[in-house]
Amino acid sequence: MTTAIFHAGSLPSTRRLTLTAYLRCLYGIVWREILRFLHQRGRFLSALVRPLVWLFIFAAGFRATLGVSIIPPYDTYVLYEVYITPGLCAMIQLFNGMQSSLSMVYDREIGTMRTLLTSPFPRAYLLAAKLIAGVSVSIVQVYAFLAIAYFWDIEPPHIGYLAVLPALILSGFMFGALGLLLSSLIKQLENFAGVMNFVIFPMFFASSALYPLWRVREASITLNDICLFNPFTHATELIRFALYTQMNWEAAGIVLACTTVFFVLAAISYNPSRGLMSRRVQG
Amino acid sequence: MQDAAVKDRKDEGTRAALAPVPALDVSHVSHSYGSVDVLHDVSFRVDAGKFCALLGLNGAGKSTLFALVTRLFDRREGDIRVFGFDVRHQSSQALRRMGVVFQSRTLDPDLTVMQNLYYHASLHGLSRREARELGAGELARAHLADKKDALVRNLSGGQQRRVEIVRALLHRPQLILLDEPTVGLDVEARRLILSMVRDLAAERGVGILWATHLIDEVRGEDDVVVLHKGLVLANGTASSIVAKQRAAGLLPAFESLIGQKAAEGLAS
Repeated sequence: MTTAIFHAGSLPSTRRLTLTAYLRCLYGIVWREILRFLHQRGRFLSALVRPLVWLFIFAAGFRATLGVSIIPPYDTYVLYEVYITPGLCAMIQLFNGMQSSLSMVYDREIGTMRTLLTSPFPRAYLLAAKLIAGVSVSIVQVYAFLAIAYFWDIEPPHIGYLAVLPALILSGFMFGALGLLLSSLIKQLENFAGVMNFVIFPMFFASSALYPLWRVREASITLNDICLFNPFTHATELIRFALYTQMNWEAAGIVLACTTVFFVLAAISYNPSRGLMSRRVQG
Repeated sequence: MQDAAVKDRKDEGTRAALAPVPALDVSHVSHSYGSVDVLHDVSFRVDAGKFCALLGLNGAGKSTLFALVTRLFDRREGDIRVFGFDVRHQSSQALRRMGVVFQSRTLDPDLTVMQNLYYHASLHGLSRREARELGAGELARAHLADKKDALVRNLSGGQQRRVEIVRALLHRPQLILLDEPTVGLDVEARRLILSMVRDLAAERGVGILWATHLIDEVRGEDDVVVLHKGLVLANGTASSIVAKQRAAGLLPAFESLIGQKAAEGLAS
């Protein structure tokens, strides 16, 4: 029998958390998220079908009734399908953020979340890695959607496909951070339906995704104010401008600020000493 | 005079450096959920190479204690140290030295055994190659070598538990915490897991904290902490607790400690 006696001067050695170790941790979390995504083919299909239905059916039907005047970043009249494409990109990311939130709640219910939270890496880093994983998946979905949309005559400048990437990263982080925050607030998987009703739909509809704000303002000043307050509007505009190789600094600033606020609140929620996790009764 | 003082200080430093450090030191820990007290002034230690059974009925506070030790959330009062590292303020140092098997299953059922091991390894900064090599060795010891490419959801409950133990060992911790790991398993699976864990203490000097309500899993020489309604009722070797209670065995001693006669469920 081994009798191991450790002294303060000779503690069992462990692996140091070097930069390489941090990168391995990030890689592992992203890899698992992508693997889960690939296993859930239905998730990929629904992520694509949802915006395509809006594009092929809703936008085609409303093309005749909803004219869009020349507004930045467009320098000519555009088809309604062209107008709503950036909003649909944002919608994909919003759904993905909520899907990540659902995945976190699911992980908590089946217990795999505990594996993540008992890692020796700082908890904020683990959450950030989880966020990066979710954003990576959402960007793949957006590009798949844009590729299909291209054949539906949604043809932004070729360089726009590259220019939109930083915007997608930023907006993806914002929706992912919002999802993280919500995951700390949702106690059970069953409550996720409430998120659909109270977060996704209001955010999408009360924004500039479907109608330009000048049209919303014509209908209701209050609704216009709500749209301006809605971070989804600014994510949509950031993507819209970037897709046409222009920068919307105001939208970028607001999206960045919202990302920071959502992430800090999520990190606090997951903090073992201050967050909601500490108040949750365990078995 | 000055030289003597310096020598004294050096001796003191040497003595401190040579003082045995327990694998786990839980000291005066109290915790509550709102107004409900779950743990009250809990103190005990687990030494390296020792098997310590945390014995208590359901609702005794065992899972809460595990959550505090693994810093899923922070204790309200007291001190928890893993090899001398404070779990709250030096959580990274502490977590690097411990492996955990939680009461609820924490493997991803949609991934294979090896993919689960890769994921866990990455959470401890290990490379794929290290995970593959260490994982293969541990899986062989757990009689699961042929299951490495099997989907976790296709494994039996006992096999999943063994995979969880393998996973907990992957980063070479010197303290393993297991929260009711044999609940719901058949006799053979329980025997296999218990023997596997006891070997870890005996052969590798790993400190084991084994939370259970099954008294037949405890041997006379094991350290035992009896936890009941958040209070430590007894702490010592199983045989010393039996002797102190002047009981015929650990079950009567336990019954006598908790003042509860109907504890038949503990024996099976």
